[in-house]
Amino acid sequence: MSDGFQRRRGGGAIATFSGFEADLLRSLASQLVELLRNETAAPNSGEDPLEEMLDFSGPTTEPDDPVLARLFPTAYPHDVEAAGEFRRFTEGTLRDHKARGAGDIIETLEEAGLPPELDENGLTVDVELDPSESVTWLKSLTDIRLALATRLGVEEGDEGYWEQLPEEDPRAHVYDIYQWVGYLQETLVDSLSR
Amino acid sequence: MAAVSAPTPVEVEQPDTDDLTVLDRPWVTIVWNDPVNLMSYVTYVFQTYFGYSKKKAEKLMLEVHHDGKSVVSDGSREEMERDVQAMHEYGLWATMEKQDV
Repeated sequence: MSDGFQRRRGGGAIATFSGFEADLLRSLASQLVELLRNETAAPNSGEDPLEEMLDFSGPTTEPDDPVLARLFPTAYPHDVEAAGEFRRFTEGTLRDHKARGAGDIIETLEEAGLPPELDENGLTVDVELDPSESVTWLKSLTDIRLALATRLGVEEGDEGYWEQLPEEDPRAHVYDIYQWVGYLQETLVDSLSR
Repeated sequence: MAAVSAPTPVEVEQPDTDDLTVLDRPWVTIVWNDPVNLMSYVTYVFQTYFGYSKKKAEKLMLEVHHDGKSVVSDGSREEMERDVQAMHEYGLWATMEKQDV
């Protein structure tokens, strides 16, 4: 298993992944891109169809999908109108940045030698990130962890619950992946902080 | 803070600095605890985005962790909207509100 990230000389971070690990990261990042691009960012609850069609500036209500609701929290919890305005002006940009960040992860992995279809045993993928790419990865690994945790229903201090799940429970596998991405992130923060 | 240049000691009515602060910086950004974000990452974000010292960043992070939330910045409404959006970019759960007076 990957040792995670280490400090790169001159700033940034480096890591070595097995082909399987790189492929897994690519798959998680692709799913995030798909989710961010999929659910329409346009308002869809307007009363007047004409007004709705002409209003393409951005959404004003919280996304239906719980992962998206977590990625784009309501900024003004006590003021529906201000919250809608804030969302209208920020959610589109945030979605775009987050999708681009996940896309950058995929690009970096493929440039580092991950083939479109993983068919080779013993492949290793060496990733080298400059300081700015490291920050992109940090943010995107966070988004991936938030997505996995939201789907699983992770709560504060419930590690014991997940660890006692029987191996055949698919959630146990997803939780392992969640923990692994957390490990990557911890080592990446560590590489950038020292 | 002490004034050092007054030529003669005079009684001055001190302005209430709390009131000034609130008038001047009426909005706050609040970061809420979540079960996902790593303590090291939250500290890192407070240091890099706000430029806080490691000590201050850790103090705020621990407030989030133990108290469930922490006020991480204050300022004008526009400034706080920028901060909240930035926190969302980093995946932190942030909201804003008017300071309690």
